Amino acid sequence: MPSPIPTADDLIRNGYIRRRRAIGTMMALIMFACAALSVFVTTAIVVILVEESWMFFREVPILDFLTGTMWTPVFTDAQFGVLPLLVSTLQVAFLALLIAIPMGTVMAIYLSEYASTAVRETIKPALELLEAVPTVVYGYFALIVMTPFLQKFIPGLAGINLLVPSIILGIMILPYVVSVSEDAMRAVPNGLREGAYALGMSRWQVAFRVVLPGAMSGVTAAYILGMSRAVGETMVVAIAAGQNPNLTFDPREGAATITAYIVQMSLGDLPRGTLAYSTIFSTGLLLFVITLMFNIAGFYLRKRFREVY
Amino acid sequence: MAVMTEGNLSGAAATAAAVGAITRAKRIDIVVAACGVVIMVMAMGLLLTLIGDLAIRGLGRIDYQFLTSFPSRRPENAGILSAWVGSILVMLTTAVLAIPIGVLAGLYLEEYARKNWISNLIEINVANLAGVPSIIYGLLALGLFVYGLNLGKTILVAGMTLGLLILPIVIVSTREAIRSIPLIVKEAAYGLGADKWQVMWHYIIPAARPGILTGAIVGLSRAIGETAPIITIGALTFIAFLPPPPITDSFPFISFAWLHDQFTVLPIQMFNWVSRPQEGFHINAAATGVVLMVLTLALNGMAIYIRYRLRRSVRN
Amino acid sequence: MPNTIAADRPSDTLPPPLRPEPESAPLRATIENFNFYYADGFHAIRNVSMPILDRQVTALIGPSGCGKSTLLRALNRMHDLYPGNRYEGRITLLPEGTNLIGREMDPVMVRLRIGMVFQKPNPFPKSIYENVAAGLRVRGISDRRVIDEAVEIALRRAAIWDETKDRLHKSAYELSGGQQQRLCIARALAPNPEILLLDEPTSALDPIATAKIEELIDEIGKETTVVIVTHNMQQASRISARTAFMYLGELIEFGETSQIFTNPRHPRTEHYITGRYG
Repeated sequence: MPSPIPTADDLIRNGYIRRRRAIGTMMALIMFACAALSVFVTTAIVVILVEESWMFFREVPILDFLTGTMWTPVFTDAQFGVLPLLVSTLQVAFLALLIAIPMGTVMAIYLSEYASTAVRETIKPALELLEAVPTVVYGYFALIVMTPFLQKFIPGLAGINLLVPSIILGIMILPYVVSVSEDAMRAVPNGLREGAYALGMSRWQVAFRVVLPGAMSGVTAAYILGMSRAVGETMVVAIAAGQNPNLTFDPREGAATITAYIVQMSLGDLPRGTLAYSTIFSTGLLLFVITLMFNIAGFYLRKRFREVY
Repeated sequence: MAVMTEGNLSGAAATAAAVGAITRAKRIDIVVAACGVVIMVMAMGLLLTLIGDLAIRGLGRIDYQFLTSFPSRRPENAGILSAWVGSILVMLTTAVLAIPIGVLAGLYLEEYARKNWISNLIEINVANLAGVPSIIYGLLALGLFVYGLNLGKTILVAGMTLGLLILPIVIVSTREAIRSIPLIVKEAAYGLGADKWQVMWHYIIPAARPGILTGAIVGLSRAIGETAPIITIGALTFIAFLPPPPITDSFPFISFAWLHDQFTVLPIQMFNWVSRPQEGFHINAAATGVVLMVLTLALNGMAIYIRYRLRRSVRN
Repeated sequence: MPNTIAADRPSDTLPPPLRPEPESAPLRATIENFNFYYADGFHAIRNVSMPILDRQVTALIGPSGCGKSTLLRALNRMHDLYPGNRYEGRITLLPEGTNLIGREMDPVMVRLRIGMVFQKPNPFPKSIYENVAAGLRVRGISDRRVIDEAVEIALRRAAIWDETKDRLHKSAYELSGGQQQRLCIARALAPNPEILLLDEPTSALDPIATAKIEELIDEIGKETTVVIVTHNMQQASRISARTAFMYLGELIEFGETSQIFTNPRHPRTEHYITGRYG
């Protein structure tokens, strides 16, 4: 009786191998298509943003757009100077970093140089929960809880202001800054630490004079990527910083950021094809370019850092 | 340290100075550690305040009426029926699109891609997409899906948008999960004469499942709270109807008509209520916030638990 | 003797490697002028030629780093899993005469013919039954009765049937290390491979488990062609009919096992089996 188990030759003869190869090739193509989708998405983002803001930049010279100080696209005397939106966007991101950088750096040093494994493995998921809270909930918290509370201590703090959303954003990006900088610090080779300890350095000296400088490009990447996130964050500022374009350097006042402006315009029912409507794509393009620059800078700093160690 | 204190040549004064330096260093160490703990306490305190405030304001509002009513002009009659149904349907669409595509893309990058400029380009793109603001995805969806493909402001479009948004998360976690599979299991499978796809399908994907699941859950928990891209595609905020049910009483019993319906989701509903001046709507917003928080915390808890169990089983 | 010095002077003062003499026994495969280069350019196998006897156990011995595992893994094209590795020469599977390392040969087809058992027991995280059935499923067999029968035969041949027949559907990880390795042998045997490769199958096991596996290989070798890598010389002398001694990527001597161990012709083989290095 022949064995019921086919030999390799049987498998070729009965077409099984051909079938398997066909399936394998097909799946490889599908997998490639799935991976290539990311390239398509990036391309599509650029194409859509450029195409939809094409009309806008035909009417409004780029220089006027970037240097104008009045943003009144729906007025009869429409002005398209993006500076009010840009200044408040960068102001919020800057203030958020002012909170996230010191807190995040110290926290990362604590986690990488001081905390035991058990402490680290408890703290990290807890920190990640801060990232998980929906941004609309943070927005609610900033507007309804934090602002009235801080108004008691900060004179002149408006009900809608840049300061409170900045604080919230700082806390929101904290876990990200911590996790990227801690990764960088832990990648610093132990030999460096041991060498420093052998010289008689104490723990804090090793942390601040050896590990932190050693990890600096990775830590800087964390700051830059955190900045990028703060610039692109939408709901907190849309809810708590208001939707009124206002060129101000006083964080106690309210002012629309780029993202808040896009939200406001999307909520309205301006017809597609008008100049005012196309502003959501031109400001979106500006936002994309800014975050892209930060992301690329962060990406290369991180990559360079990984190559060093 | 013992060497310093016993150093007989340095003399008593030097010894005292060294001891002083050591105690000062100890003190600084304590301050640094305390800073870490204080920051942690502050961050957690903020989170707890947020949750506590939502609960105090909103928990009492959550009742049968709230969960089974449509939005209304009067806060006490309003509810989140259309919002939670919409959220579930959008999440379903997002998961069905993003998880298989993300897993296959991750498999490709980890197991198939050769080191060349194409795989490099894809890698850079995935890294970059993870950092693109969510509202940009909204603009992409508006230009491409809503206007370009004329799909309208539907559940399908929202699912596709959020699917693209969480794709990098699924891809990255899939790759990490695949990387942690021991080489010997892979070699055993190839050694039996399995071809590449058989190894992927029968061995790699099952072994990577917990890691993939964690990434998918984290991605979905992010998608369920996303507001900006959904606003941008122009989803209505006042929806007083439900999409057609997915199960029908006549053949073929399953209907996908709901995919093409308009919708609202929980975060949109919450945003809508926060933006109103009346106190009653703020309470509704808080109640919606409670529901959202319960959902995201439950999803994240699940992910943390799976990761914890995975790590324990790796150790054993 | 430190290997590095020997590597710098491969010819040394010792005579060149001995070419294997023609075999009168039936062959299952021949290796001719085989060279292997790793992706980093390392020339791991140099000009090896040797026969593999049909339905006999052939042992590959030599100090660590001599290329014996590299040669074994070449026999079922494991090196193809990692890009950049390169084969030269010819490995002919008899009687058809197919070249296993030919350019047009699909590594999957090679592995469908030639089974492999690895150094560390590596059962899949599945049931005992599914582990043994894995190779059958890879070949597209789905008939439950065929699989049941093949699983039983394979487990019997691997001498682990009695220990597992009552818990076929329990996880393979519940077995001891020695049992896991016998399960891996059963898994490799189930699809009736034309050659079975064993890569130091007992190096991770205790002496009792090792003895059981040796007994088993002895049995299997009566029906199947077996090539085993071992650094345990007693093991090679106990179970193999032919032994190949390798050193720094070269085949120094090949012959009947009894001859290699009692009357080695090459001084380097003699050094090795008398324990001067390795």
